[in-house]
Amino acid sequence: MIEVRNIKKRFGEQEVLKGISTEFENGKCNLIIGSSGAGKTVFLKSLVGLFDPEEGEILYDGRSIQQMGVKEKKSLRNEMGMLFQGNALFDSMTVEENVRFPLDMFTDMSAEEKKERVNSCLSRVNLHNANAKYPGQISGGMMKRVGIARAIVMNPKYLFCDEPNSGLDPKTALVIDELIQEITIEYNITTVINTHDMNSVMGIGDKVVFLHQGLKHWEGTKEDVLEETENQELYNFIFASDFLKKLREAALKKA
Amino acid sequence: MGFLHDIGKYFLMLGSMFTKPEKLSMYLKETFRQVYQIGIGSVLIIAIVSTFVGAVTAVQFSYQLLDIGLIPMWWMGIIVRDSLILEMAPTICALLLAGKVGSNIASELGSMRVTEQIDALEIMGVNTTAYLVGPKIVGALIIVPFLIIMAVFLGIIGGLLAGTFGNFFSSAEYIRGLQDGHENYYVVVMMIKCYVFAFIITSIACFQGFYVKGGALEIGNASTRAVVNSSIVIIIANFLIAFLLL
Repeated sequence: MIEVRNIKKRFGEQEVLKGISTEFENGKCNLIIGSSGAGKTVFLKSLVGLFDPEEGEILYDGRSIQQMGVKEKKSLRNEMGMLFQGNALFDSMTVEENVRFPLDMFTDMSAEEKKERVNSCLSRVNLHNANAKYPGQISGGMMKRVGIARAIVMNPKYLFCDEPNSGLDPKTALVIDELIQEITIEYNITTVINTHDMNSVMGIGDKVVFLHQGLKHWEGTKEDVLEETENQELYNFIFASDFLKKLREAALKKA
Repeated sequence: MGFLHDIGKYFLMLGSMFTKPEKLSMYLKETFRQVYQIGIGSVLIIAIVSTFVGAVTAVQFSYQLLDIGLIPMWWMGIIVRDSLILEMAPTICALLLAGKVGSNIASELGSMRVTEQIDALEIMGVNTTAYLVGPKIVGALIIVPFLIIMAVFLGIIGGLLAGTFGNFFSSAEYIRGLQDGHENYYVVVMMIKCYVFAFIITSIACFQGFYVKGGALEIGNASTRAVVNSSIVIIIANFLIAFLLL
């Protein structure tokens, strides 16, 4: 479980996070939604410790990341996996080497054990016969899968995904969403996903946190999202297109 | 203030490298990859340039000394050898490497930063400065002296070929000069320059690349800054070493 207590982050004069508190539970897909510039990426990067918030506290199963020493932080990071918006795969390494990298760096597994583990992660994300290929030789969807395989290769307790569907066609985006959800349940991981894809929200959002101008404006379940009408910012975000607005009105009329 | 801030950040980056490696074998592997990349990738350009530097040194000195006629031509061996050891080989090779290796390192690290590969390493728990910067500096410290020693030998051969083909001196005269009055201390000074220049080239390039913010344009700017800054620092360090040690 991850607890976030009133975190604030500024860059120069600009306050990007203005005091956000929330909780993310184990075995659930927690979605952070919000329009561009709402502070989602800064929030996610603060969660994983890439940014240090000026105020507030982030607790991983009761352990405050702010109060951790270098050693403790390192061992916490071994429990994290992250899927980046641009995948962040190492260009100079093959798919297999990318997925194997954390094992090479942090474990004493034998070459055979590592190969087995890498292959099991790659087949878990339905990626076959791509081991020897370089990131530049595979499609965007495959890169996302490699990113997920690398993120789960160390059996993480926490999985973070920054815009996992960006740049993917709707069908592949759904496949990636389902994969993340399955892995979350299967490994009982605390998953936090940054997205502005409403398909993801409706598909896998066990908990949804809406950020607006650096503040948490709303939180609830995916079922609550559609019924929420009082929060104007959330309504404008979800029903940004006329098509969705008409669909909603039609559904309400029917009801 | 910006300059002082950068100097402080540079030394903090260097300081943060000194931690226990997560896995020594991975660091060694990366160091040897860097040795290969810096060394093999630069052999040809260093060979061509140093051969011609030796040749042009022999031709120009011979031309000027022939006009004066006061110095015996076998001195050309001494002049080419000592000028290559003390100045030409280390400084010209260092400036070449600053252009080739320095820009390469800055753009490699810059793209890793922009595409979040460095963030990915940090999330895994890797000490990114130790893993990405350390092997590059150590790799250069291992291979650059070899490149410069090779440059000295090729420069001497270049001098011999140019002088004898141009009928400025005979090969016997040149070889006599090469064998005469050799000072081991000059080689010590050259080796000090090798290590100092190798450190300057890689550490400045790593600093410029590692802290890139933005996109493709900034990566290009970082590469340019890496080359310009390291070239300036090399020239200043060259003067200081000569001033203090000779």
